[in-house]
Amino acid sequence: MKILLNGEDAIVDTDKSIKQLAKMTSYDKSDQLIFIKNGFIVKGDSLVNQDDQVFIIPKDMEISQSDLEQFIVSRHSPNVVEKVSCAKVAVLGLGGLGSNIAMQLARTGVKHLRLIDFDIVDPTNINRQNYFLDQIGMKKTDATMDNLKRVNPYIHIETFDAYLEPDNYEKYLEDMDIVVEAFDNPVCKADLTRYFMLNKSNKFLVTASGMAGYYESNSITTARLRENIYICGDRTSAAKEFDGLMAPRVSIVAGHQSNCVLRIIMNEMEV
Amino acid sequence: MKINGKEQNFSNISVSHLLNHMGLNKDHIVFELNGEIISKESYDEIMLDDRDSIEIVGFVGGG
Repeated sequence: MKILLNGEDAIVDTDKSIKQLAKMTSYDKSDQLIFIKNGFIVKGDSLVNQDDQVFIIPKDMEISQSDLEQFIVSRHSPNVVEKVSCAKVAVLGLGGLGSNIAMQLARTGVKHLRLIDFDIVDPTNINRQNYFLDQIGMKKTDATMDNLKRVNPYIHIETFDAYLEPDNYEKYLEDMDIVVEAFDNPVCKADLTRYFMLNKSNKFLVTASGMAGYYESNSITTARLRENIYICGDRTSAAKEFDGLMAPRVSIVAGHQSNCVLRIIMNEMEV
Repeated sequence: MKINGKEQNFSNISVSHLLNHMGLNKDHIVFELNGEIISKESYDEIMLDDRDSIEIVGFVGGG
């Protein structure tokens, strides 16, 4: 029967168990193999079925570059890898939301990412943005590119050092399937959303509003505003005096936006 | 008039005045009147009445 073994089609006998497949890989000599079937780690042994996606990964041997690209997404739900390989996603803003969303999408293997920000990393970002102390002073586009390359060098990332406004939306959003709004400024959020509502297109927009303080996590939701426009956040908690922006809640909203992107890619449009 | 699905008692009021009354910043919202998106430039001129159906999407800062 046909299965997928370490990313390649393989024909195996019907009564084979996962441990017996190790000799079909180049990692048979390893003493510390990880066995994964359809995105789940197998403890002990397990029979293999038609069309199963199997990974056999050594902890103690060198892994080839071509295998590594497959292995880093071996815990993905089956069929996700194929779909994210065709996706083109733009992340507008690389602050608390954008820097975290970009990292999550890179880990997810979204093949084409377009990242846009005009700013540089400063100390006030460190409490919630996906940057490190030694990146202070760097352009956010450059710092994000460096960080993403360290987890997934197999995706295509383009960056633009730019400030987005209605005059240049068309230029920067060209060819993108999904646009993630990760701005800080509510004027920019409203302008981009108005543009999407005025100009019907096949593109999707995932916006965000309301993530300040340490209010309840459960007040953060994803809502579907229009067929192609989603909004994540609690819709009310504005950043202001006495309501700061901190990693926990900002990350929850970032996670909502990233998962919304993934669901759109997987053709799950409902919230 | 209906605003975001709820019946409200306003009449003969411009979009600008309505937003003022509701405590909303005109630059932080998208205004849809009877299914049509209204440009920011026309907020002062457009008058609303009790037959209108309005959707307002608001945004807050932070991100």
